[in-house]
Order: sequence, then C-alpha cells, then structure tokens
Amino acid sequence: MTFLTRRYSFSASHRLHSTELSSEENARVFGKCNNPFGHGHNYSLEVTVGGEVDPGTGLVAAPAALDLSVRRAVLSKVDHRDLNADVPEFASLVPTTENLAIQISRWLRDDWMRRPVVTGAPLEPAAARLVRIRLEETGSNSVELQFHELENKD
Amino acid sequence: MISITRKAEFSASHFCASPFLTEEQNQALYGKGANPNGHGHNYVVEVTVEGEVDPVTGMVMDLKELKGVLERLVVEPFDHRFLNREVPPFDRITPTPENIAREIWRRLAPELNQGRRRLARVRLYETPDLYVEHSE
Repeated sequence: MTFLTRRYSFSASHRLHSTELSSEENARVFGKCNNPFGHGHNYSLEVTVGGEVDPGTGLVAAPAALDLSVRRAVLSKVDHRDLNADVPEFASLVPTTENLAIQISRWLRDDWMRRPVVTGAPLEPAAARLVRIRLEETGSNSVELQFHELENKD
Repeated sequence: MISITRKAEFSASHFCASPFLTEEQNQALYGKGANPNGHGHNYVVEVTVEGEVDPVTGMVMDLKELKGVLERLVVEPFDHRFLNREVPPFDRITPTPENIAREIWRRLAPELNQGRRRLARVRLYETPDLYVEHSE
C-alpha cells in the first residue's frame, strides 16, 4: 500500500463559543479563543490518499486532481473567511480544530467521488481512496482524523 | 514492538512522463513535472524499522548501521544524479515519488529485514508539501 500526502494552507478567523454554555463557562472553557470579536489562524491541512501505484503512470493519484478537489471542496469555503459567520455548518457548531477537521473530511468525502478527471489523461488512477487528514491550527496544535472513522460520526 | 526512524537526504533531478501516454496527456497529468529536460528536488527519506529492543544493547537496530545502509543503498546511488538517465530502473519506470519510494523499499528490505527486525515504512518527501509513504 502506498500513501500520498499533500499539504495545503488557508487563513480563517473564528470564535469558540458554545450556545450550550453560560458566558462564564464559555470564558473558562475556551479562554482567549472566546473573545467576542474572534481571531485568526494560518491553518495547514495535510490530505493523505492511498492505494496501489498505477503501473502505467506510477501514481497513486494525480496531484492535480487532488488539488482541484481540495480547492473546490475545502479551500473555496474557508480561505479568508470567518468560520462562524461565513460557513453555514458552523452557524451553531463551535469551530474548534476538531469540528473543523470533521467537517473538512465530510466535504472531501462527498467531493472525492465527483473529483475532476485531469483533462486528456485517461490513465489517471481512479482507485485511490481518502485515508486521513491532519489539520494544524498553529505549529503547536494539530488534529488527525482517519476517514474510516467518519462513519461512526454520521 | 518499537520502531526507530532515520532520515537521510539526497538531491536529484527527474521528470515524469509515462511511455503509455501522449506528450499532451503527460502534460495534463504531470504538469510542469513532465518537462523532458528535468528539474530537481531536495528529497528527504525517512526509513522506519520495527522490532524488539535487544535486552543487551537496548537497541532495535544500531542507528549507525542504519545510517550506513541508507548511505550505501540510497544516498550514494541517488545523490546528485538525473534519475531518469542515471539510476535504473528509472530509465524504464517513471520516477514519480510513489515509484521512488517503492524502489527505496526494494533496495532496503533485504538488508533491514533480519532476525526479528523489519522494514516498516519508507516516507519520501519530494517537497515539504508533498510526501509518499510506502509499506508492504
């Protein structure tokens, strides 16, 4: 089995605040991240796909196809956005790194089967499957999620 | 069971084009990487060996020995080479990072699989933003 990982980055703002908690509890649980005006991060997203290496092309997946899918399914929705205000999924869900990773995985899973085939490259391997993502909020914080675990969350 | 990982680096040039595809299709699939004059990368390879800790030495494998094996079987033949022209089998097989990682596995496994230790993973960074992991 061979895995291919590519790293992407996006910048977004958010505020961690749960409607289930009182103001004091929110301040205690989320600390500075509960600041009512929000704050931002440069996120780093690693996406791993896996499969057998196609003997014709030497590829598990065409990086260009992965790029198009990640751009369409993820980056177009979150880059230079406020997660709470601009992304409907976070209207009432706290945009922690954990929840953001779960949402990104769902977007990718739903897009992957419809991912664009690179024009004029009929031998692009089609069998690659999404394996995991790793989302870094800062250089010191990251969350990892395996796609096979998504089923238990839906 | 415990695993140890050692890193090595080599700089090499390559290009990606499949003999099964037309020039146009190669361009579409590999993009700028299909330029037949080649281009280069500083590759980073991380090799993971797993096994039991020897009660006498406290080691899964002597890291000096692992360093030597990587130097001899990977860095020496790959470093400062044009992979497609100078390093078989890449005269016949497209040197995608997937295929380079598999070739490194093929070269290392016979030496590293000894006693109770096993080659567990080869991770190859082509750039800091793209890496491939291979295991069998």
